[in-house]
Amino acid sequence: MITTMHYLVLSLVLFALGVTGMVVRRNFITVLMSLELILNAANINFIAFSRQLGDLTGQVFAVFVITIAAAEAAIGLGIIVALVRLKQTVNLDQVSVMEG
Amino acid sequence: MDFLLVHFAELVFYCLAAIAVAGAVGVIAFRSPVHAALSLLGTFLAVAGLFVLQHAEFLAAVQILVYAGGIMVLFLFVIMLVNVRTIPQEPQYLARLAPIAAGVAIVLAALVGVGLWAAVRGGPVSPAALTAVQGQAAGNTEAVGWSLYRDYLLPFEVVSVVLLVAMIGAIVMGRKEPGREGA
Repeated sequence: MITTMHYLVLSLVLFALGVTGMVVRRNFITVLMSLELILNAANINFIAFSRQLGDLTGQVFAVFVITIAAAEAAIGLGIIVALVRLKQTVNLDQVSVMEG
Repeated sequence: MDFLLVHFAELVFYCLAAIAVAGAVGVIAFRSPVHAALSLLGTFLAVAGLFVLQHAEFLAAVQILVYAGGIMVLFLFVIMLVNVRTIPQEPQYLARLAPIAAGVAIVLAALVGVGLWAAVRGGPVSPAALTAVQGQAAGNTEAVGWSLYRDYLLPFEVVSVVLLVAMIGAIVMGRKEPGREGA
Protein backbone atom coordinates (compact mmCIF):
# COMPACT_ATOMS: atom_id res chain seq x y z
CA MET A 1 0.00 0.00 0.00
CA ILE A 2 1.50 3.28 -1.12
CA THR A 3 0.58 6.07 1.28
CA THR A 4 0.94 9.82 1.13
CA MET A 5 4.01 9.38 3.33
CA HIS A 6 5.82 7.56 0.50
CA TYR A 7 5.28 10.54 -1.80
CA LEU A 8 6.35 13.01 0.86
CA VAL A 9 9.57 11.09 1.53
CA LEU A 10 10.31 10.92 -2.20
CA SER A 11 9.67 14.66 -2.45
CA LEU A 12 11.98 15.23 0.52
CA VAL A 13 14.76 13.25 -1.18
CA LEU A 14 14.36 15.17 -4.45
CA PHE A 15 14.30 18.48 -2.57
CA ALA A 16 17.44 17.59 -0.60
CA LEU A 17 19.24 16.56 -3.79
CA GLY A 18 18.18 19.84 -5.41
CA VAL A 19 19.48 21.92 -2.51
CA THR A 20 22.70 19.90 -2.49
CA GLY A 21 23.14 20.55 -6.18
CA MET A 22 22.57 24.29 -5.74
CA VAL A 23 25.10 24.51 -2.92
CA VAL A 24 27.77 22.14 -4.18
CA ARG A 25 27.93 22.73 -7.93
CA ARG A 26 29.49 25.89 -9.31
CA ASN A 27 28.21 25.50 -12.86
CA PHE A 28 25.35 27.98 -13.38
CA ILE A 29 23.46 25.63 -15.72
CA THR A 30 23.59 22.77 -13.20
CA VAL A 31 22.43 25.11 -10.43
CA LEU A 32 19.40 26.05 -12.55
CA MET A 33 18.64 22.35 -13.11
CA SER A 34 18.83 21.77 -9.36
CA LEU A 35 16.30 24.57 -8.94
CA GLU A 36 13.97 22.70 -11.30
CA LEU A 37 14.40 19.61 -9.09
CA ILE A 38 13.32 21.62 -6.05
CA LEU A 39 10.21 22.92 -7.85
CA ASN A 40 9.38 19.36 -8.93
CA ALA A 41 9.63 18.21 -5.32
CA ALA A 42 7.22 20.98 -4.33
CA ASN A 43 4.83 19.79 -7.04
CA ILE A 44 4.93 16.20 -5.77
CA ASN A 45 3.97 17.52 -2.35
CA PHE A 46 1.09 19.54 -3.79
CA ILE A 47 -0.23 16.53 -5.68
CA ALA A 48 0.20 14.16 -2.73
CA PHE A 49 -1.78 16.42 -0.42
CA SER A 50 -4.36 17.07 -3.11
CA ARG A 51 -4.92 13.30 -3.19
CA GLN A 52 -4.79 12.98 0.59
CA LEU A 53 -7.38 15.70 1.21
CA GLY A 54 -9.46 15.13 -1.92
CA ASP A 55 -9.07 18.80 -2.81
CA LEU A 56 -8.27 20.09 -6.31
CA THR A 57 -6.56 23.24 -5.02
CA GLY A 58 -3.24 21.39 -4.82
CA GLN A 59 -3.39 20.51 -8.50
CA VAL A 60 -4.26 24.09 -9.44
CA PHE A 61 -1.28 25.38 -7.47
CA ALA A 62 0.96 22.81 -9.11
CA VAL A 63 -0.06 24.38 -12.44
CA PHE A 64 1.07 27.75 -11.09
CA VAL A 65 4.36 26.26 -9.88
CA ILE A 66 5.02 24.82 -13.34
CA THR A 67 4.31 28.24 -14.88
CA ILE A 68 6.73 29.94 -12.52
CA ALA A 69 9.31 27.24 -13.24
CA ALA A 70 9.03 27.95 -16.96
CA ALA A 71 9.40 31.69 -16.38
CA GLU A 72 12.36 31.12 -14.10
CA ALA A 73 14.06 28.84 -16.63
CA ALA A 74 13.62 31.43 -19.40
CA ILE A 75 15.05 34.23 -17.24
CA GLY A 76 17.88 32.08 -15.86
CA LEU A 77 18.96 30.88 -19.27
CA GLY A 78 18.76 34.45 -20.57
CA ILE A 79 21.11 35.46 -17.76
CA ILE A 80 23.46 32.60 -18.71
CA VAL A 81 23.59 33.74 -22.34
CA ALA A 82 24.26 37.34 -21.27
CA LEU A 83 26.88 36.16 -18.78
CA VAL A 84 28.75 34.07 -21.33
CA ARG A 85 28.69 36.96 -23.78
CA LEU A 86 30.13 39.26 -21.11
CA LYS A 87 32.59 37.01 -19.24
CA GLN A 88 32.94 33.77 -21.27
CA THR A 89 32.25 31.66 -18.17
CA VAL A 90 29.40 29.86 -16.41
CA ASN A 91 31.35 29.32 -13.20
CA LEU A 92 29.57 31.10 -10.36
CA ASP A 93 32.79 31.62 -8.41
CA GLN A 94 34.07 33.89 -11.17
CA VAL A 95 30.91 36.01 -11.11
CA SER A 96 31.10 37.82 -7.80
CA VAL A 97 30.82 41.48 -8.76
CA MET A 98 27.56 43.27 -9.56
CA GLU A 99 28.85 45.62 -12.21
CA GLY A 100 30.26 44.33 -15.47
CA MET B 1 1.77 -13.45 -11.19
CA ASP B 2 -0.75 -12.85 -8.45
CA PHE B 3 1.90 -10.95 -6.54
CA LEU B 4 2.41 -8.69 -9.57
CA LEU B 5 -1.29 -7.98 -9.90
CA VAL B 6 -1.87 -7.31 -6.21
CA HIS B 7 1.18 -5.10 -5.80
CA PHE B 8 1.11 -3.43 -9.20
CA ALA B 9 0.70 0.10 -7.83
CA GLU B 10 3.53 -0.43 -5.37
CA LEU B 11 5.86 -1.77 -8.07
CA VAL B 12 5.09 1.15 -10.38
CA PHE B 13 5.63 3.63 -7.57
CA TYR B 14 8.97 2.16 -6.54
CA CYS B 15 10.20 1.94 -10.15
CA LEU B 16 9.24 5.56 -10.87
CA ALA B 17 10.63 6.77 -7.55
CA ALA B 18 13.92 5.00 -8.23
CA ILE B 19 14.13 6.57 -11.69
CA ALA B 20 13.34 10.01 -10.28
CA VAL B 21 15.95 9.79 -7.53
CA ALA B 22 18.57 8.30 -9.86
CA GLY B 23 17.94 11.14 -12.31
CA ALA B 24 18.26 13.70 -9.54
CA VAL B 25 21.54 12.18 -8.39
CA GLY B 26 22.71 12.28 -12.01
CA VAL B 27 21.91 16.00 -12.26
CA ILE B 28 24.33 16.87 -9.47
CA ALA B 29 26.87 14.11 -10.16
CA PHE B 30 27.46 14.37 -13.91
CA ARG B 31 30.20 16.79 -14.88
CA SER B 32 28.89 17.36 -18.37
CA PRO B 33 25.84 19.68 -18.49
CA VAL B 34 24.35 17.67 -21.38
CA HIS B 35 24.42 14.45 -19.34
CA ALA B 36 22.93 16.31 -16.37
CA ALA B 37 20.15 17.69 -18.57
CA LEU B 38 19.26 14.26 -19.98
CA SER B 39 19.30 12.82 -16.49
CA LEU B 40 16.94 15.61 -15.38
CA LEU B 41 14.65 14.62 -18.26
CA GLY B 42 14.38 11.14 -16.74
CA THR B 43 13.34 12.65 -13.44
CA PHE B 44 10.69 14.79 -15.13
CA LEU B 45 9.17 11.80 -16.92
CA ALA B 46 9.17 9.67 -13.76
CA VAL B 47 7.48 12.47 -11.82
CA ALA B 48 4.85 12.68 -14.56
CA GLY B 49 4.18 8.98 -14.03
CA LEU B 50 3.82 9.58 -10.30
CA PHE B 51 1.25 12.30 -11.03
CA VAL B 52 -0.82 9.73 -12.92
CA LEU B 53 -0.67 7.40 -9.91
CA GLN B 54 -2.03 10.25 -7.76
CA HIS B 55 -5.05 10.92 -10.01
CA ALA B 56 -3.55 14.08 -11.49
CA GLU B 57 -3.66 13.09 -15.16
CA PHE B 58 -3.92 16.64 -16.46
CA LEU B 59 -0.82 17.68 -14.55
CA ALA B 60 1.07 14.65 -15.84
CA ALA B 61 0.38 15.84 -19.38
CA VAL B 62 1.34 19.41 -18.49
CA GLN B 63 4.52 18.14 -16.83
CA ILE B 64 5.58 16.32 -19.99
CA LEU B 65 4.60 19.16 -22.34
CA VAL B 66 6.11 22.02 -20.36
CA TYR B 67 9.08 20.41 -18.64
CA ALA B 68 10.18 17.70 -21.07
CA GLY B 69 9.03 19.55 -24.17
CA GLY B 70 9.75 23.16 -23.30
CA ILE B 71 12.16 23.71 -20.44
CA MET B 72 14.41 20.78 -21.34
CA VAL B 73 14.75 21.91 -24.96
CA LEU B 74 15.56 25.41 -23.71
CA PHE B 75 18.29 24.01 -21.46
CA LEU B 76 19.80 21.93 -24.25
CA PHE B 77 19.70 24.89 -26.64
CA VAL B 78 21.54 27.10 -24.17
CA ILE B 79 24.10 24.36 -23.43
CA MET B 80 24.79 24.08 -27.16
CA LEU B 81 24.85 27.87 -27.57
CA VAL B 82 27.22 28.38 -24.66
CA ASN B 83 29.35 25.35 -25.54
CA VAL B 84 31.34 25.08 -22.33
CA ARG B 85 33.66 22.31 -23.41
CA THR B 86 36.30 22.96 -20.78
CA ILE B 87 34.81 23.28 -17.32
CA PRO B 88 37.53 23.79 -14.71
CA GLN B 89 37.72 21.36 -11.82
CA GLU B 90 35.42 22.51 -9.04
CA PRO B 91 37.13 23.16 -5.70
CA GLN B 92 36.40 20.71 -2.88
CA TYR B 93 36.17 23.35 -0.18
CA LEU B 94 32.97 21.89 1.28
CA ALA B 95 34.61 18.63 2.45
CA ARG B 96 35.70 19.91 5.85
CA LEU B 97 32.14 20.96 6.68
CA ALA B 98 30.99 17.32 6.53
CA PRO B 99 30.52 16.74 10.32
CA ILE B 100 28.42 19.90 10.68
CA ALA B 101 26.44 18.96 7.60
CA ALA B 102 25.73 15.48 9.01
CA GLY B 103 24.48 16.96 12.31
CA VAL B 104 22.23 19.47 10.57
CA ALA B 105 20.91 16.74 8.26
CA ILE B 106 19.97 14.47 11.18
CA VAL B 107 18.15 17.26 13.04
CA LEU B 108 16.36 18.34 9.86
CA ALA B 109 15.34 14.76 9.06
CA ALA B 110 13.93 14.30 12.57
CA LEU B 111 11.94 17.55 12.37
CA VAL B 112 10.59 16.74 8.92
CA GLY B 113 9.76 13.18 9.99
CA VAL B 114 7.68 14.39 12.92
CA GLY B 115 5.93 16.93 10.71
CA LEU B 116 5.16 14.35 8.03
CA TRP B 117 3.85 11.87 10.55
CA ALA B 118 1.57 14.48 12.07
CA ALA B 119 0.32 15.63 8.67
CA VAL B 120 -0.73 12.28 7.19
CA ARG B 121 -2.00 10.30 10.15
CA GLY B 122 -5.41 9.79 8.52
CA GLY B 123 -5.56 7.84 5.26
CA PRO B 124 -6.44 9.50 1.97
CA VAL B 125 -10.07 10.18 1.18
CA SER B 126 -11.77 8.92 -1.98
CA PRO B 127 -10.26 10.29 -5.21
CA ALA B 128 -13.73 11.06 -6.57
CA ALA B 129 -13.41 14.74 -5.60
CA LEU B 130 -10.41 15.08 -7.94
CA THR B 131 -12.53 14.36 -11.00
CA ALA B 132 -15.82 15.94 -9.95
CA VAL B 133 -17.32 19.13 -11.39
CA GLN B 134 -19.90 20.62 -9.01
CA GLY B 135 -20.55 17.22 -7.50
CA GLN B 136 -20.95 15.49 -10.88
CA ALA B 137 -18.43 12.94 -12.04
CA ALA B 138 -16.25 14.26 -14.90
CA GLY B 139 -12.62 14.07 -16.02
CA ASN B 140 -9.61 15.34 -14.13
CA THR B 141 -8.82 17.90 -16.84
CA GLU B 142 -12.36 19.23 -16.69
CA ALA B 143 -12.27 19.45 -12.91
CA VAL B 144 -8.93 21.30 -12.87
CA GLY B 145 -10.25 23.62 -15.57
CA TRP B 146 -13.35 24.44 -13.53
CA SER B 147 -11.31 25.10 -10.43
CA LEU B 148 -8.75 27.16 -12.36
CA TYR B 149 -11.22 29.41 -14.18
CA ARG B 150 -13.88 29.74 -11.48
CA ASP B 151 -12.06 29.79 -8.14
CA TYR B 152 -8.60 30.94 -9.19
CA LEU B 153 -9.25 33.25 -12.13
CA LEU B 154 -7.32 36.24 -10.71
CA PRO B 155 -4.18 34.23 -9.78
CA PHE B 156 -4.35 32.66 -13.23
CA GLU B 157 -4.33 36.07 -14.91
CA VAL B 158 -1.54 37.29 -12.63
CA VAL B 159 0.55 34.27 -13.56
CA SER B 160 0.04 35.02 -17.24
CA VAL B 161 1.38 38.53 -16.62
CA VAL B 162 4.38 36.95 -14.84
CA LEU B 163 5.01 34.83 -17.93
CA LEU B 164 4.79 37.89 -20.18
CA VAL B 165 7.27 39.81 -18.03
CA ALA B 166 9.63 36.81 -17.97
CA MET B 167 9.42 36.52 -21.74
CA ILE B 168 10.22 40.20 -22.25
CA GLY B 169 13.03 39.97 -19.70
CA ALA B 170 14.57 36.96 -21.39
CA ILE B 171 14.44 38.69 -24.78
CA VAL B 172 16.01 41.87 -23.40
CA MET B 173 18.80 39.93 -21.69
CA GLY B 174 19.48 37.69 -24.66
CA ARG B 175 19.66 40.64 -27.08
CA LYS B 176 23.03 41.85 -28.33
CA GLU B 177 23.62 45.35 -27.01
CA PRO B 178 24.86 47.57 -29.86
CA GLY B 179 26.93 49.82 -27.58
CA ARG B 180 28.71 46.85 -26.01
CA GLU B 181 30.11 45.50 -29.25
CA GLY B 182 33.86 45.00 -29.03
CA ALA B 183 33.99 46.39 -25.50
